[in-house]
Amino acid sequence: MSIFKKIITAVRGGATEAGEAIVDANATRIFEQEIRDSEKHITIAKRDLTEVMAKQMQAARELAQLQASIKEHEGYAMQALNQGNEALAIEVAEKIAELESSAADQQQANESFLSSADRLKELIKKSERQLTEYKRQLTMVKTTESVQKATSAITDNFSASNSKLLNAKDSLERIKKKQAMFDDKLKAAEQLDAETPEQTLKSKLQDAGIGAQQTSAQSVLDRLKKK
Amino acid sequence: MNIHTIATHLNKLADDTETGFNFDCTPINGEIDVLQVEIIGREEIPIFVSISDNQILCIAYLWGEDEIKTELKANMMEAMLEMNIPMPLSAFAKVENKYVVFGALSINSSLEDIELELVTLSDNSLEVISEMDSYLQ
Repeated sequence: MSIFKKIITAVRGGATEAGEAIVDANATRIFEQEIRDSEKHITIAKRDLTEVMAKQMQAARELAQLQASIKEHEGYAMQALNQGNEALAIEVAEKIAELESSAADQQQANESFLSSADRLKELIKKSERQLTEYKRQLTMVKTTESVQKATSAITDNFSASNSKLLNAKDSLERIKKKQAMFDDKLKAAEQLDAETPEQTLKSKLQDAGIGAQQTSAQSVLDRLKKK
Repeated sequence: MNIHTIATHLNKLADDTETGFNFDCTPINGEIDVLQVEIIGREEIPIFVSISDNQILCIAYLWGEDEIKTELKANMMEAMLEMNIPMPLSAFAKVENKYVVFGALSINSSLEDIELELVTLSDNSLEVISEMDSYLQ
């Protein structure tokens, strides 16, 4: 059964009420172990891949050298033939045959390294996809569990504090009222500020230079100069 | 990131908040720690924050199964599904017999991201209740 289905079944079936986990803790641990194992396998496969690729490069290099050497010796053989030195030409031809056989071996090795590298790359990709999938499933299980635990903590807290979550409409109503009250207060305060006659008179007097004046830097300086 | 870091950040924001709200946070102890976050003036709809291995979950409870006008339940659900994507940062869900809005954040989120998430979630929950009013008793 898929994890998704398991979660739905468990939640619908009220597994939570019985205090039963979606997937028992032991299964979760085994799951986590499997993820760690997969990660280890991927690391090893990647190391193998590096090794195989290094060997393949080496084989390719040797093959290129052998091919160059074959070309070189073919030239020597031609020169020997042109000089009419059949014996030397045969000797060179033997060398070429030897080189060609080595080249064939290297060619084979090269191809085999290439195909194992491809196989390893495919394997790593597949394992990584699998690992992502394992992790996604584990996240689903763990999240479901943690939401259940959080919910039970919240519920316990509410029943302990003797309060309860309000009806949605009532909650909204109360919040709106508070907001309206706050807005009203703000408006009232603004109006009050603007209307206070005493404040107005004081500011008028101040503007006219009558009564207590606000100390300014200039007035302080003037006072000091007088001393 | 843990709930106490979040609580400390939100509680000390006071006038420095960029979202214009003040918060009151209370940790709830249990098998998994939950932070009850109240936005001042909106105490009736608190937001519950819990942190797991890889994500931070913020949940606001909307209404219970028993508050829905039974004959309109299918319409309500359709309306919720239609509203789900346009609703910023949050999504609908059901936890036991309660409908909720929730937001999930990466464990690497900044405290400012979390603050924004909480305020958006609160705005969304008020708007949703207001919009879904006709389906509720």
